[in-house]
Amino acid sequence: MEYLGIKPNKPKVAVFDFSGCEGCELQLVNKEDTLIDFLSAIDLRGWREASSVINDDYDIALIEGSITRDDEIKRLEKIRSHAKVLVALGSCACFGGVNQMKNVFDLKKANQEVYGDKPKETAKVKAVKDVVKVDLEIPGCPISKAEVESIIRHLAWGMPFSYPVYPVCVECKQRFTTCMFEKGLMCLGPITMAGCNAPCPAGGLGCWGCRGPAKDPNYESFFAIARERGFSTAEVNERLNFFGGFQEVNAK
Amino acid sequence: MKKIDLNVDVHHLTRIEGHGNIKIAVENGKIKDARWDVVETPRFFEVMLKDKHYTSAGILAARICGICSISHCLASLLATEQAFGVTVPEDAKKIRMIAKHGEMLQSHVLHLLFLVAPDFFEEPSVIPLVERTPEVITIARRLKLFANRLCDAIAGRTTHPVSLQVGGVTAVPSQKELIGFRDELEQIINDLQKVAALFATLQMPDFVRETEFVSLKGEAEYPAMGGKIMTSDGIVRLDKEYKDVTNEYVDANNTSKWTKLSRESYAVGALARFNNNYSLLHPEAVKVAEMFGLKPVCHNPFMNNVAQLVESFHSAYEIMRLIDEVTAGRIKNTMAEFKPTAGEGVGIVEAPRGILFHHYKYDGNGRIEKANCVVPSTQNNANIHYDMKSLVEKFAVKGMTDEKLELLSSMLVRSYDPCLSCSVH
Repeated sequence: MEYLGIKPNKPKVAVFDFSGCEGCELQLVNKEDTLIDFLSAIDLRGWREASSVINDDYDIALIEGSITRDDEIKRLEKIRSHAKVLVALGSCACFGGVNQMKNVFDLKKANQEVYGDKPKETAKVKAVKDVVKVDLEIPGCPISKAEVESIIRHLAWGMPFSYPVYPVCVECKQRFTTCMFEKGLMCLGPITMAGCNAPCPAGGLGCWGCRGPAKDPNYESFFAIARERGFSTAEVNERLNFFGGFQEVNAK
Repeated sequence: MKKIDLNVDVHHLTRIEGHGNIKIAVENGKIKDARWDVVETPRFFEVMLKDKHYTSAGILAARICGICSISHCLASLLATEQAFGVTVPEDAKKIRMIAKHGEMLQSHVLHLLFLVAPDFFEEPSVIPLVERTPEVITIARRLKLFANRLCDAIAGRTTHPVSLQVGGVTAVPSQKELIGFRDELEQIINDLQKVAALFATLQMPDFVRETEFVSLKGEAEYPAMGGKIMTSDGIVRLDKEYKDVTNEYVDANNTSKWTKLSRESYAVGALARFNNNYSLLHPEAVKVAEMFGLKPVCHNPFMNNVAQLVESFHSAYEIMRLIDEVTAGRIKNTMAEFKPTAGEGVGIVEAPRGILFHHYKYDGNGRIEKANCVVPSTQNNANIHYDMKSLVEKFAVKGMTDEKLELLSSMLVRSYDPCLSCSVH
């Protein structure tokens, strides 16, 4: 990756996985047409899922997954002490993701249901920022590789990165996707941060808010629309609580 | 005689999905320890699925696995559809099946070329291969890109699909787009031939431990979704009887449950499907098996890699056939009409890593009362553990360096393509 013959900084990057499906890490090896450029733009220092090279000398730590056990806290604190920049990668790392839905259940009972009389160690699900300082959050379930590429490009050239300030609705308009509310489906698109290119409404699913809130979302107006279209408060809240990104709000 | 002392202690094995440890200790030629322990954190998906509405069950179930989310989603849909008595339209079934084969191709290529191949080139990852064997990497990228683009087009997204929903599918690619994929398949099959030629030069370790192989039982076709369960020890069970096959139990050292049937452990995955359903493979896939001398029943776990390669050919030809069928006429109906009812359903899918079960019980309001998921790698973990001991017995006690044993035992685990966060879920 060069521009006008000038080489960018090559950040030393390491990738770490905690409690999650490792689907966000998988996105990093996707977008195969630009994969070689992506890998050559970074100095990869450690990535257990993809490489046997492990090196503690890194500047940027990408953290995938939520934190659900004491040994994970210790591992995360150690990574924080090595890293100059710590990035939460994906919705699990940013705000607990689907994993945080476990927190409404009694942990003892949950353990018994799955493991019977031989329980395994577990704790309430935490986001990465609940344990250590996070410098940048990249939300999404899964993350968008195109967005990660853009962030890495900004880092390599020392430029600040900013997320879209508009909600997912804008991307649906750009794709000519019919509004989900018009189809009788609920959709968190009006209040969710764009940047994913709205694949879920395009596939007929509606937005589930995996990227968390857009900038200054108009919740009151959104709740009013949902009510008007016949969706109950319970339905709206269930959707808001699915990925854990809307903990700041609940419909009344 | 020379004293044989060996020690292998691998904490969080690399180039696999999830967290597992290998521990081997040999003292004076005697095995003190030979273990495979899964230490992944449990996420309690069966608990989180409780009280979920059927419209969100598949979305949540997909999050069990980042690599085979399409399989988890489909198993979830099949369980719900069986519980509600839904008959999915034929066109929707075919479209789902294209996504299923796309995922198989994507997952097998990722495993073989990104995770397994570096061992045979004595490299720590695929990255040095970009310079060493650029042609292989170009092929690997092209194959994976094709499979991912196909899944994106069919399912809305490869990782965590969006348009696979209860009753059918909610989006269908255009005829033109499908024919575009069909046109690319010649190149894809040509690429797979080159991968086969590469793997033919690699020597799979000669290791055999007899085990039982469990898979779906193909009737007219090589199995992918739904049907009876069979084992290489001669057991056949209905989908509803899956618990008689899996017999899950908790091991003290593992957060993944273990399973067993006729023996101390059993195996699932590409080799199990191959062993149990060889006669139903596409003729071109059989040719590849013959090229490697792979015949049923093969008890060498390292040959799971070759079985994945054979299945990659099968999937490519199936994608071709399915696109031809779907584009021959006009796609009619892709969504069934249904009403949620109280009831139970078992959805079975042959995920890339093996047979996968989702079992839900619904109340009358379309919400799950009880859920149980038995995941492929869950069923392989005990088998890997017992393989480990046998591997040390056969190779290491005769003398071997710690480094060689670490590589060989790591390669054994990798050959199963384990997905450990999936296995613990």
